[in-house]
Amino acid sequence: MFEVLTFLQLQQYWWIIISLLGGLFVFMMFVQGGQTLLSSLSTNEVEKTMLVNSIGRKWELGFTTLVLFGGALFAAFPLFYSTSFGGAYWVWMAILFCFIIQAVSYEYRTKPNNFLGQKTYELFLNINGSLGVFLLGAAISTFFSGSEFFIDERNFTFWQNDLRGLEALLNPSNYLLGFALVFLAKILGALYFINNIDHEAIRNRAINSIKLNMLLFLAFFLTFLAWILTKDGFAISKDGVIYMQQYKYLLNFIEMPIVLAMFGIGVVMVIVAVFMTIIFKKSCCIKTGGVGVVLTVMALLLNVGFNNTAYYPSTYDLQSSLTIMNSSGSVYTLTVMAYVSLMVPFVLAYIVYAWYQMDKIKITKEEIEANSTHNY
Amino acid sequence: MEEVLVDWSRAQFALTAIYHFLFVPLTLGLGFIVAIMETIYVKTNDLRWKKITRFWMTLFAINFAIGVATGIIMEFEFGTNWANYSWFVGDIFGAPLAIEGILAFFLESTFFAVMFFGWDKVSKSFHLLSTWLVAIGSNLSALWILVANGWMQYPVGMVFNPDTARNEMSNFWDVILSPVAISKFLHTIGSGYVIAALFVIGISSYLLLKGKDLWMAKKSMIIGATFGLITSFFLILSGDESAYQVAQTQPVKLAAMEGMYEGSSQAGIVALGVLNPNKTLDNNEPTYLFDIEIPYILSLLGHHDVDAYVAGLNDLVWGNSEQNIMSASEKIEKGKIAVDAFKEYKTAMSNKDIEGASVAKNLLDEHIGYFGYGYLDKPEDIVPPIGLTFYSFHIMVALGMWFTILFAIVLFLATKKEISKYTLILKSAIASIPLGFVAAEAGWIVAEVGRQPWAIQDLMPVGVAVTNISSTNVMITFWLFAILFTALLIAEIKIMTKQISLGFEGSK
Repeated sequence: MFEVLTFLQLQQYWWIIISLLGGLFVFMMFVQGGQTLLSSLSTNEVEKTMLVNSIGRKWELGFTTLVLFGGALFAAFPLFYSTSFGGAYWVWMAILFCFIIQAVSYEYRTKPNNFLGQKTYELFLNINGSLGVFLLGAAISTFFSGSEFFIDERNFTFWQNDLRGLEALLNPSNYLLGFALVFLAKILGALYFINNIDHEAIRNRAINSIKLNMLLFLAFFLTFLAWILTKDGFAISKDGVIYMQQYKYLLNFIEMPIVLAMFGIGVVMVIVAVFMTIIFKKSCCIKTGGVGVVLTVMALLLNVGFNNTAYYPSTYDLQSSLTIMNSSGSVYTLTVMAYVSLMVPFVLAYIVYAWYQMDKIKITKEEIEANSTHNY
Repeated sequence: MEEVLVDWSRAQFALTAIYHFLFVPLTLGLGFIVAIMETIYVKTNDLRWKKITRFWMTLFAINFAIGVATGIIMEFEFGTNWANYSWFVGDIFGAPLAIEGILAFFLESTFFAVMFFGWDKVSKSFHLLSTWLVAIGSNLSALWILVANGWMQYPVGMVFNPDTARNEMSNFWDVILSPVAISKFLHTIGSGYVIAALFVIGISSYLLLKGKDLWMAKKSMIIGATFGLITSFFLILSGDESAYQVAQTQPVKLAAMEGMYEGSSQAGIVALGVLNPNKTLDNNEPTYLFDIEIPYILSLLGHHDVDAYVAGLNDLVWGNSEQNIMSASEKIEKGKIAVDAFKEYKTAMSNKDIEGASVAKNLLDEHIGYFGYGYLDKPEDIVPPIGLTFYSFHIMVALGMWFTILFAIVLFLATKKEISKYTLILKSAIASIPLGFVAAEAGWIVAEVGRQPWAIQDLMPVGVAVTNISSTNVMITFWLFAILFTALLIAEIKIMTKQISLGFEGSK
């Protein structure tokens, strides 16, 4: 079936999968956003425990999506894997540390004799939800701003900045996506709490938090959008030479109307989800907002990867920039992995089924206080 | 690459792998033990079995969390610290990692939530199914990562593409059905099952000694000992197959495992021995200060023939024309031809010299099997640390034998006698919990230290595989990992011991 596809089509297919995974991962950041709201949405320990148990039953899915995102990049675009992870060493290490401390925090938080104390584990969750998300946003922003590296004839990477990725933080433009993601995650977290917890006071506080975070999100996201749509982009000529093209990312949207439509629909869905939650007190808007986020992120990644664009550009040596053509796996591997990707709908189906089974009964104060089941 | 960078990068990978491998084996086995216990609960409807299940499930969760925490770095570390490796073989190595994510991790993470929080939310049968799926998911995860590891030990199913300067997959089935990968998978999960069984009988012994929840402790002990005894035999069989595969594909590792300098026919295995620290490749000192050898066994295990010749380190380093064993210096020579041919090919291609490129390509193809040797300086470089490999191997085997005996005794006493009276056995079972982890780590050291200097056997030494980065960066992250993982390990042990002390009735 996939054998009939050309090499370029396989590369494009895999970039779509990567974009989808990126979108799903950002959606799953409702867990991270929720982690930063634990104190502000609760007034006592029981309420906080309700919040922790709500997102605590989903944190592993987000974690797994990140791991799969990394694995899929390794399999489909190994040159990105070796260039970015090995090059921007400190950014990725900092992100990984933020996720390592998340993994133990739910289980250990309230366990007796837990060595570091409840507050430390809650601090870990906060660091993961704020710094971890911010750094991910800043790292992804370098897809638009570029990095400083050189790739030799063996395709070995030589990073040209001793800050090993932290130099991205010296570019104020990279802060825009970082902060936009932080506030988006908070909005998603609040939407999830509203959907998953049956508690009036928490719901009201969550709605109030959405109002503030939506304003902050829009400020950073719209500025980010203005930046990428007006800046020069890293384009590929017909003979494979990378060059700077004015308004490249704006042109990409115009020349790829489907991607533009995905982006527009995604943004509108997020806004509608927030609007319906605030005005009509709807509790199911995480679904609308979630689909919106997936579409928006997918569209941004498709924009930066398709239409003859270098998705991981080098400002040190333009010709070392990574494109989906020069950084991918071989035809054979992409074909094999394309067959494996047919499992994704099946995986999504059982996740949705298990999710539905678990969430059809909302978390209540009584359930948490009864402590009859495993609690975080 | 500077040697200090390679050493820090190896140290960091070893540190993170050793920490991760403290938690993974327990997850692999305890998942199935918990699933068996819950199955008994669902079949009997006896609430005491539900308590048993939930007690062990709580310990499973505490261990699982830190396993996840230490696991994420393992995947990304290939990119952060072994970037050249990631490109050179990413076309093959990335695939099992991605498949692991799709087929295993989501299974685990989705049904983990149901397993722990679904007791009152889903039906009994769906809950039981979830528990089994978590166990299956964690073992599937082991399958894919060990396929990847097996490929590093015995690279198959690929061709070198000089245009992209990497190895590219040519046969997926050769990669996943590689006999080295399969035997590695079976032996590793077997060790996980045995460790989990030791954990269960050890903690049950503690509770019996404390006189706590006697019925439930004894039932747990029977499940643990039965599971342990069956899987011990499985472990011995898979270990035999592993030894055979090592002899066929990594003879230097086998020689290091046995501290064997001189090759011989009808080679024996050292049951117990102390290496002579003054022994080197180029002197005639005796190999052991003391040893007890069982004759013929190494030839039998390694080649399924008591008369077979087993190569020693001197054969493999200096060559042995009688036995048709090529010397390392000859391999290095061929490797350098391959590396030079690759460079000539690239130069010819950039000059659009098609004929020159074709000549270089033919030369490269002829010598590609020795490509990695081209980066070595001297023949002795092919020898891994002998002492560490030798002692790790013998400790692993000796402990494995002890565990089998222990399971048999415990099962007999728990089913036929009043085991609470046999305090020495109970104390031995408790003491054997850490020994299980020692055996697993020793096995890991044999597999990984024993294959040095290779990142990929014969194709890429670690010195070439490492990321181009200053060693100071890696040194800092090494210490950060050491501090963080040690803190988390202390937390895990403290939480775990507290939960155990609360027993079946009191655990949270």
